[in-house]
Formats: sequence, C-alpha cells, structure tokens
Amino acid sequence: MSVKDRVIAIIAEQAVLEPSDVTLDSTLEDLGIDSLGLVECIFAIEEAFDISVPFNANEPDQSDFDISNVGSIIAGVQTLIAEQAT
Amino acid sequence: MKRVVITGAGTINALGRNVAQTLEAMREGRCGISELEFRDVERLAIRIGGQVKGYRPDDVFNRQQMVLYDRFTQFALLAAREAVAQSGLQFHGDLADRSGVVLGTSGGGLNTQDDNYRSVYEEGKNRVHPLVVPKLMNNAAASHVSMEMNLRGPTFTVATACASSNHAMGLAFQMVRSGSSTVMVTGGSESMLCFGGVKAWEGLRVMSKDACRPFSANRNGMVQGEGAGVYVFEDYEHARARGAEILAEVVGFAMTSDASDIVMPSKQGAARAITGALRDGQIAPEDVGYINAHGTGTAANDKTECAAVADALGAQADRVMISSTKAMHGHCIGGTGAVELLACIMALRDGVIAPTIGYEEPDAECALDVVPNVAREAKVDTVLSNAFAFGGLNAVLALRRAG
Repeated sequence: MSVKDRVIAIIAEQAVLEPSDVTLDSTLEDLGIDSLGLVECIFAIEEAFDISVPFNANEPDQSDFDISNVGSIIAGVQTLIAEQAT
Repeated sequence: MKRVVITGAGTINALGRNVAQTLEAMREGRCGISELEFRDVERLAIRIGGQVKGYRPDDVFNRQQMVLYDRFTQFALLAAREAVAQSGLQFHGDLADRSGVVLGTSGGGLNTQDDNYRSVYEEGKNRVHPLVVPKLMNNAAASHVSMEMNLRGPTFTVATACASSNHAMGLAFQMVRSGSSTVMVTGGSESMLCFGGVKAWEGLRVMSKDACRPFSANRNGMVQGEGAGVYVFEDYEHARARGAEILAEVVGFAMTSDASDIVMPSKQGAARAITGALRDGQIAPEDVGYINAHGTGTAANDKTECAAVADALGAQADRVMISSTKAMHGHCIGGTGAVELLACIMALRDGVIAPTIGYEEPDAECALDVVPNVAREAKVDTVLSNAFAFGGLNAVLALRRAG
C-alpha cells in the first residue's frame, strides 16, 4: 500500500468513512474530525510510518506539517519519511 | 451560616519551599521553569517543567516515612505543616473531631506507579514493595495529613484534574460555612513530573517546548509544574475568639460542568462558575479587583477564559486585573489552584498583584489587563481564583480582604 493510501486509510478510519469517501481536497473538518481526532490521526501516522510529526495544537499554523487538507497531510508525511529515513 | 477565614498557608513549588519564598518570587516575576531532571527524560519531546529542584526528601522524612510517602504526599505534608504552624492550632478533643482534611490531586502517587510499572514491565521483576498500594493511592496525602495533625473529622480527596484543589477548597469552605466542621485543612498537591507522567501529556500536543506564555499572542502551550498549597480554613468566630491572625476571608464558591467536551473548554461553563461564585458571595462585579486566571497558556484556554470573564463581569472586565502565575510555577494540575491562591492572598494582604510573565505580544482575543511581566501595587478588596479542568469541570473561589 502506498503512503497515500495508508494515510487515507488512517484518516478514513478516524472519520468512520470508507477510504473511497476521503478525497485529497477533503479538509478534516469536512470529514468530521475534531481536534482530538486530529491528534489521534497524527499518533496513528507516527506509529504507521515510524516518524515523528512536529505538530503543536496551540499553533497549527506555525507547524511545518500542513493539515489544511488530506493532500497536504500526505505530502507532509512523505516529506517526513524522506527526512527521517534512517 | 458561619463566616470562613484563612488562618494558615503553606506551600512548596518550583518558586519556593514556603510561602515567603514563593511570594517573593511572584513579586519579582521570577520564572521557576527549568530543564526537567529525572530518569529517561532524554526520551521525551517536552523537557521543561516547574520542577522542585534541590529538594532532598531524606533530609525531612525518615526511612519509615519514605516507604509510605510518594512525592505528592511529601509535598502535601510539608505545606500542611507550614499552614498549621502558622495558624497556631493544635487538634485534640472536640476540635479534632470537628476538623478534617480535603485535598485535591489528579495523579496521586504517579511517581510510585511509574517506578513500579518500570520495575515489573521494563526490568522484568516479579516483586514490588509491599506498601506500593498505600503509597500510590490518591487519598494518601489527605490521610497522612490527618494522621500527623490528628484531624479526625471528614477527610477525603477530590480529583477533578486541573480543578481538583479549587473543588477541594470550595468543599472545605462549604463545610466550615455550614457549621459541620470548625476547621478544614485544605488545598492540593501534585507530582506528575516523571517519565510516564510527561509522556502521557506529550500525546495531547498541547505542551510548550520552551515557555508558558499565558494570554500572549505567541503562546504555544502549557508547561507542567509540581508542588502543593495547603491552607487552614477556620470558622471566623473560632479564629477571632483565639485571636488568630486572619490572612483572608473566603466568601464565595461555585462549580459547574460544561457538559459538552472532554478537553475543549466552554465559555458558558466558565462564565456560569464565575457568576455563581459572585452570587454565592453576594459580590457585585464592580467589586472584583483581581482574578487569578486559570491561564494555562494554551490557545484554547486563554481565549475562552477571557471571553468568559468578559461575559461574567461585563464592564468591570475592562478594569479588573487578571494574571496567570502558571508562567512562573508551571501548571501544578491537581494542586495548581492551591498554589495560585497564594497570589490571591498576596493581592488582598500585601496589595501586590502577581504578574503574568513571559508576555510578549498582545492577543486581540485576550484583551484584558493581564498585568504583563511586572508585578503591580494595587489595593483590592475582593478577588477570584479560576480553575477550569479537562472534563469540563469548573470551580471558582471568591476571597475578600480580612477585617
């Protein structure tokens, strides 16, 4: 499964949706994922890819990790995987 | 209904080992937050906290006591000793039976849990010390204070996360006011600064890696502290009859539940608690001179709290001083309201308003007088202390100047 599909699967599970219902331009808000759901998604992503995601809920805009939509999250995960490859 | 006064105060926290040291640090706007020191800290992403440094429990407690006293119990006992000594009270006979202890804590003996889980899971040991249970239980601190001071009346522990000690002190106030107790030793204690304690908080992603900056536009989260605050709440007539020095009068208390979200605060719930405390104390909003804010330094709390204060106080919100001392001592969780009540007593007694340190940039959503960075001299007669906990549980106390 590609990074894209795995991230979509994680987000879909959190949103209690089918992966096919999650599109790249969906926002977390569109999918009904609140602030707690977001930190759960980030945790699942960190566990799935063995990466550390720099995200502080107090300043989401300051983070390098862009959560504005599903596509930006996937791009962020791909960047982190490349940066944190050991 | 009895009047309720405070006749003793005690504390230990990152700013000081007693009340005098703590108030001096608050007046000077000193920051007690530093690099955390404990086992496995290098595996944490968050490595700062308001830790009590240089404290050696073996200097204060003997071997038999150390077997039973988790760090949160030690803190509670040290603060209670200071408070009861200041009050001049000794408990025996009828007074002992009519006096009790109600303390707040959230994590209880978390250090004991952390140490012993590590021992059985990580180190593979199959045996733990036989007294682990009485050491880690949340009521251990209240029970040891009761035993040491011979307080034989109602004694229990309240756990409402970050509002624990305000709930505890509010209940103590109600018990003395109703006449069911003559004296209540009350406050709270917390010691969550261990690997497991901080690791759990990291997961929420609300912790700052560098500083606690309440109400400042560039705030980026809370910083944990540890410590205890303990007070002697006494029936005014009893205190007056024995000529006790009165530090302040407790005049109102209210508690509410948001009944909405497990972590996100609600303006309505907080405002109802503030309004309720004013009503309970028959206080007009114009009389409130200072509010010790919950002021955690998270995006969510600070703007919600400012909006709640604006709603509850109306026009007075533009005049009231409101500061968060958490930027100095960290968020002492279940003990935080008790440590912060010191700032309320300092405002009433000494006419010094503790500052909100770390304040760098105004935030339009927190446009109140937050007493930025430098303490201020001001005469205030009535003050509030806010605590708004995870779980949506709010507890607000109102105090008035003695005399």
